[in-house]
Amino acid sequence: MTLARTATESDVRDTGLDESELHARLTRTWRTGSRLLERLASVDHKVVGRRYIITAFVFLCLGGLSAVALRMQLARPEARLLGPDLYNQLFTMHGTTMMFLFAVPVMEAFGVYLVPLMVGTRNIAFPRLNAFSYWVYLFGGIFLWASFMLKIGPDAGWFAYVPLSGPDFSPGKRVDVWAQMITFTEVSALAVAVEIIVTVFKQRAPGMTLDRIPLFVWAMLVTSFLIIFAMPAVMVASTMLILDRLVGTHFFNPAEGGDALLWQHLFWFFGHPEVYIIFIPATGMVSSIIAAFARRPVFGHLPLILSLIAVGFLSFGLWVHHMFVTGLPQLGASFFTASSMLIAVPNGVQIFCWLATLWDGRPVFRTPLLFVLGFFFIFVIGGLSGVMVASVPIDTQVHDTYFVVAHFHYVLIGGAVFPLIGGVYFWFPKITGRMMNERLGRWNFWLAFIGFNVAFFPMHILGLQGMPRRIYTYLPEMGWGQLNLLATAGALILFVSFVLLLVNVVASASRGAPAGDNPWDAGTLEWATTSPPAPYNFLRIPFVTHREPLWDNRDSLPVVTGLSVDTREHLSGTVTESFPQLRESSPEPSIWPLLAALCVAAAFLGSIFTPWAVVWGSIPVAVTLTGWFWPKDTPEDEK
Amino acid sequence: MKERPVQDIAHLPTSGFGTVSPIWWGTLGFVALEGTGFALAAGAYLYLRQVNPQWPVGAGPPNHWPGTVMLIVLLISLWPNALADRAARQEQLKPVRLWLIVMSVLGFVAVGILGWEFAHLNIRWDGNAYGSIVWFVLGLHAIHLITDLGDTVVLTALMFTRHVSAKRYGDVSDNAFYWYFVVASWVVLYALIYGVPRL
Repeated sequence: MTLARTATESDVRDTGLDESELHARLTRTWRTGSRLLERLASVDHKVVGRRYIITAFVFLCLGGLSAVALRMQLARPEARLLGPDLYNQLFTMHGTTMMFLFAVPVMEAFGVYLVPLMVGTRNIAFPRLNAFSYWVYLFGGIFLWASFMLKIGPDAGWFAYVPLSGPDFSPGKRVDVWAQMITFTEVSALAVAVEIIVTVFKQRAPGMTLDRIPLFVWAMLVTSFLIIFAMPAVMVASTMLILDRLVGTHFFNPAEGGDALLWQHLFWFFGHPEVYIIFIPATGMVSSIIAAFARRPVFGHLPLILSLIAVGFLSFGLWVHHMFVTGLPQLGASFFTASSMLIAVPNGVQIFCWLATLWDGRPVFRTPLLFVLGFFFIFVIGGLSGVMVASVPIDTQVHDTYFVVAHFHYVLIGGAVFPLIGGVYFWFPKITGRMMNERLGRWNFWLAFIGFNVAFFPMHILGLQGMPRRIYTYLPEMGWGQLNLLATAGALILFVSFVLLLVNVVASASRGAPAGDNPWDAGTLEWATTSPPAPYNFLRIPFVTHREPLWDNRDSLPVVTGLSVDTREHLSGTVTESFPQLRESSPEPSIWPLLAALCVAAAFLGSIFTPWAVVWGSIPVAVTLTGWFWPKDTPEDEK
Repeated sequence: MKERPVQDIAHLPTSGFGTVSPIWWGTLGFVALEGTGFALAAGAYLYLRQVNPQWPVGAGPPNHWPGTVMLIVLLISLWPNALADRAARQEQLKPVRLWLIVMSVLGFVAVGILGWEFAHLNIRWDGNAYGSIVWFVLGLHAIHLITDLGDTVVLTALMFTRHVSAKRYGDVSDNAFYWYFVVASWVVLYALIYGVPRL
């Protein structure tokens, strides 16, 4: 057994090949076939990433439609469009879908697609795990929405507080569906987090030292660490909940020594970092877009990275501010007020760095940048109302009112969805090879910006007037009718903006102007390859000399040579300096991840009916996992 | 864009051990997230102890012998585990096979002890919140023991086939790495499950 093989005739390297032969050979090695089985077996991060993005946007559509239904019901007092039961299911489905099936997956989806391109490698680390994670996510989402169609949609809110969600007050299967949907999505998110960390640590192009990692990649790296340390909390909590409901445990039952607040602690230990799991990738998108359209590298690269890391750490010290009205000791409340205000500092540093970049640059106001400007406006308002509710007296007053609803929609839609839509306009040309329509894009932005503010700003006032969240209707005498009607009108405008986005995406995908490799003249590596990227990403692995490699090398791209072209091979290097260490083989397509995901889904589904499903279900899971890992006599498996 | 070769990496090896190998980092990632799960479960245990005036609730402390025997077996297993790791790093097939078989046998012994442990907790999972959390914590560790046993058995079988290669030795080494985590987590959970009720 020799560790170091040298090039032989059977092991062709990319060193001396001309461009067309290299392209032909690499395509043969890395492509996804067109037959159904080959498509299902694909492990290409771009194929899986595209599926992730599209699926997440389908869930955005479903979550958005449920929001429209809620707003129609609330548009006037005593409306009878939705009954209380359907209303409960719909707001639970809206929150659950948006948080677990849209916001986190869509950010990870962009990471799956973009991180390997941005760090200059051929595929994501553990590509089969990546395919598996997608299937588990898809099945979890289908499971939730199929249950809703069957009238067993969860109805206890997206954070499913006990005792309401416990066996005494929520009999039936609705909450079980919610709890197992958590398991599906968290398994998927945790797998992607590990893949992204290892891709960033080990698979960066040579020369990409830590300080040359693009800010979006930094953001995804910090996010992945947050996922690893936050998501186990909600898995532990939802498992305890389902055990209380199915096998008679007493974790949350005070009559038998359990405690209802344990649920809130576990849930929000996950739930607060969750906000940053959604927001931090968006800041990465903002940095990418601002650098490209301000026409200069982002001001304060290092403070921005340190802010990301600081936000990541601080996000674990805030969870109790969701629990201010539960009767905490005063010292505890003071501590969490202070930490909640503290996190505004690194977030503020980021905003100032971006503003300085725009100030010093020559901004080009195309659609992606418009969405970033919208982000500044909306997110800052959300941040300021956040500082307000960090204070215990104010929080006690507005807790569970529409003020809080307004606050977190300003933070989440302003902080994450606006940069995300900007990101769609920014990277669409890379993913499809075609430009999106700029005129439609401007209409999209202005309708979204106006619609959003008209929909959500009145909710601040409604909350201060005492309108509680999660009520299906209200009496005319409360005087909330006009502002609610205004909010619904805004919601419809916001909805139309998303219809425009859909029209723009569909029309541009087939008829948009050809994009070329680098339509925005941006500086990071994903723009060095073709649009859409070839299955192998880069003909040869780039050698990185600068934070914005394409701006540093205008005429020719420095590359490394010596990788195998007839087997799937990528470079693996040291964590900090990215010195090349290995020519590591990358797994071939495999149908086993799909089969394993099907077995896992069957076990999870069965477990809401009988705990034995976990025992019997583990057998097919073990068989498919063994099939997955058993070597297949390919060079990739045997090296 | 035109390319300009500046470095050749054709001479690099195709597999490595420890921090050189991406799979080692992946394993570390899973150790981190599963370790977080253990820490949160232990936190929930201590939280429930805090809110209850008496601990354990409605039962005596669990019989400590099964857990102690488990601790001894797991500590002993560190030795063949280290030998399996060393043999893998030196790519010596025979000792790798030998120590993997020993590790598989010890894994089965540990899973057997698990049954003994559950039977001597002195309370059922549905007795009260104490019973629930102690079964939960022990169950969480049981899942790790059983999955690592499955992994070790498959890897042992693999080392008797024609698929032995540098990459497989890396797998053996990473499997040994994960076992250290399973043992280390038991040291903490042992103190929690058997020590805390006696405080």
